[in-house]
Formats: sequence, structure tokens, C-alpha cells
Amino acid sequence: MSATTPIIKIDGISKSFGSFKVLDGLSMQVMPREKLALIGPSGSGKTTILRILMTLERIDGGHIQIEGEQLYHMERNGQLLPADERHLARMRQKIGMVFQLFNLFPHKSVIDNVTLAPMLTKGTPRAAEQKRAMELLDMVGMADKAKAMPAQLSGGQKQRVAIARALALQPKIMLFDEVTSALDPELVEEVLNVLWRLCAETDMTMLLVTHEMGFAHDFADRVLFFDRGRIVEEGKPDEIFRNPKQERTQGFLKKIIAAGHRV
Amino acid sequence: MDWDWNFVWEIMPTLIQGVKITILATLLGSVLAAIVGLGIALARRSPNKALSRGVGWVAEFIRGTPLLVQLYFIFYVLPDIGILLPPLVAGAIGLGLHYGTYTAEVYRAGIDNVPRGQWEAAKACNLSARQTWSHIIIPQAIPPMIPALANYFIAMFKETPLLSAITVLELMNQAKSVANTYYRYLEPITLVGAFFLAISLISVVLLRWLERRYGKIER
Repeated sequence: MSATTPIIKIDGISKSFGSFKVLDGLSMQVMPREKLALIGPSGSGKTTILRILMTLERIDGGHIQIEGEQLYHMERNGQLLPADERHLARMRQKIGMVFQLFNLFPHKSVIDNVTLAPMLTKGTPRAAEQKRAMELLDMVGMADKAKAMPAQLSGGQKQRVAIARALALQPKIMLFDEVTSALDPELVEEVLNVLWRLCAETDMTMLLVTHEMGFAHDFADRVLFFDRGRIVEEGKPDEIFRNPKQERTQGFLKKIIAAGHRV
Repeated sequence: MDWDWNFVWEIMPTLIQGVKITILATLLGSVLAAIVGLGIALARRSPNKALSRGVGWVAEFIRGTPLLVQLYFIFYVLPDIGILLPPLVAGAIGLGLHYGTYTAEVYRAGIDNVPRGQWEAAKACNLSARQTWSHIIIPQAIPPMIPALANYFIAMFKETPLLSAITVLELMNQAKSVANTYYRYLEPITLVGAFFLAISLISVVLLRWLERRYGKIER
């Protein structure tokens, strides 16, 4: 695969919840290793895109390709059929996700949270997985809490473990869904630092839904501004944040700044 | 009518035999109810509509008919189609099936209480449906439901005298037989009540402990 082939290709997808149309014929592409920030008012569909890529929501129409392969369809004898669970499971290997509310497994220790999925899905031996898990926990600064239970951790610590858990499956694409929104302000920094580290030390493609505009500006290669299920404006962070062309982008950023977020 | 302690000591060994069978029937019935309840709860969540509806109707039917009738059916009617069960086995199956339809509701509530985020995290970790159930959902759903399950098992325990109707030699049946032999009902039936009360009270203490131990899962 050449460097100019998108790792994610979204083609005219739509999604409704009841009568509410969240996404309406949305198309976009993401290049390998690209860091993308998705911003916009709540209900604009940015989180839904991540959830669709993680196969947590099905699409009503359109196509998605990951590394040139259909996500929700399978090619059989030249025909596109709806994907079965086996196909989806294979495609999910390429994608990892970190959630706003961490969603750690509360009945498992920190290290077991990290080792569980690789041990079950790849069948690697426990010892090897634990060694790898410790490296990942070390990377997110949580190695000393490996034996702790999630309930004993702060929000920021939980989120760092959740990042290690997602990394353990070695995805090519990582989806971050408002990963700092549920954190107390003083804990945001420690999670963002981990994201910086991932950015520097891995070549994962990263999609970030965030309200941390300052971080989005510094971190992203490209910023997409969403409103009502469409991409209203996209461009380099400087273009979007310093010089937005669309009225809706300007209005949104004004509101965000008024709410006290640094840009 | 006066209380005869000598008679009490005389019939005690027989009654204790009955207590053992009562406890055994309760334990067997509880294990079965725990398994049947989980099976019903899982089947009712199945995407296979025929399975979920079918199991739903059967459960509704069992819950809507008296345990005594079901016991008669299992013990006296099933032999007509060649299924001949020992009384205790028939009794345990009756108790397990009947209470399984109730514990199914406990499981349902317990499973519903596992936050949606856990299902989503399991999917993001690429766990299969079976792995999600066995490693993520069930282990989180069961601890908070242990007190409610134990409650049903205590209720089941107090219904075991019904097994005397299908010749299980449990406590009530033993008491009736000594009473009928000696024409004295006061001591045997009073003792039956006393045994049930004592065991129930012990169970309640145990239940309180279970509630403290498993009542809630820390997130």
C-alpha cells in the first residue's frame, strides 16, 4: 500500500437514530499516520463517526474502507454482501478505541484489563502478555499500579490504563472519544501527555474527538469541524482556529473560547 | 394436650433424617434453579426470535402454574411416557424448574445493570460474544444478584414440604409418618416448624453477610 492510499475511506455514509439524522451522506478520508481532530457542537455526529468505525453502531447507507477493505461489507464473487461477525471481528483488529468514561473492566485488576483481550483473541501465553502489558503500563506511567483495581484509581489513571488496554491489541487506527471530558481539570494534562507520547513513539493513525481546542491545535495534522452531520470546514489547525472561513465555525469557536477553553 | 419430651427425643433421629433430605433437596433445587434461570435469561436475550419467545412462553407457563401440580406431573405423569424418576430427583427438578423461572428475572435485572459501556469496551477489545458473556458480563452481573438469588433459595427451602406429596422422605413427610404412627401431632408438627424457623434464621444471617460482601460492585 502506497503512502498516498487512505487508511480510512468513508464514502457517503448516513446514520439515523429514530427520525434524527446524525450523519447525512458523509464522505472523508484519513491518511496513514495522520492525526485528525474532530471538533464541533454536541450532536454534530463526530462521536458517531468513531462509534461507526469501531462497529458499535451500524450505518444505514454508504461504504467504509479500512486499508482498502470494506468494513461493513464483504466481497463475495464480485458482489458486496453485508459483513458477517467473522468479517467484522477481523476488521476490528485494525482499530482500537478509548472512551470518554474509560469503561475499564471493574472486576479485573489493571494488568488483567490490559492482558485479557490479547490473551483471549490472540491466544498468546500469559507470561508474554504480562511482560508486554507492563511495558505498556510503563509507557502510560501506570506500571506501579499494575495490581490495583480500577475502583482504586483516579479518573486520569483509569484513562491511562484504558489507553494501555487499547494499545495491547496493536491497532493501526486509534479512536479517542472525548477522552478527557469526564476528567477533573487537574487530571487532563496527564492523559494528554500520554497522547503526545503515542504520537511521538508510534505510527498509529489517530482520530480524536475533543473539546480541548488548544490540544487539538497543537496535536492534529488536520482539523475537521462538524455540524449537523456534515463537515462544514476542514484544514490545518492554524487555518481552522486562527482563520476560520465558515460562519458556523467562527460561531462555534467563539462560544468555546467564551466557555474558557484555550485556543 | 401436654408436651411430651420423651416422645420428642424418641422421634428426633427420624426428624433429623428428614431435615437432611430437606436440605439436600433445597441445595439440589438451588443449583438447578441457578442454572435454569441463567439459561432462561440468556435464551430470552437471544437474537433468535423463535428461541427467545418459546423459552419466554414456557417460563411464563411454569411460573403461572402451582409447584404442587408440577411436582405431581413430573413424578406421576412422566412415567406414562417412560420417564421414571426417584422421588428426590423429581422433587429437585420440580423445585429447580419452578424457581428457575424466578431466578431468570434476577439474572435479567443483573445483566441489564451492567453498563452499556462494558459491552462496548468488550467489542472494542474485539472479544467474541461468548468471551464477552463469560469474561465481562456474567462476572459483573452475578455478585450484585447473589442476595436476591439467596432470597429465592430460602423461599424454596420453605416450600420443600410440598415434596412430601411425591413421597420424598423430607422433614414434613417424616413428621407426618411418626404422627400417624403414634397419633400425636403436637410434637412432630411443632418440631417441623421449629426446624424450619431455625434454618431460615441462620440463612437470613448468611444472606445479610452475602449482601454486605457482594451487594455492590465498585466501579
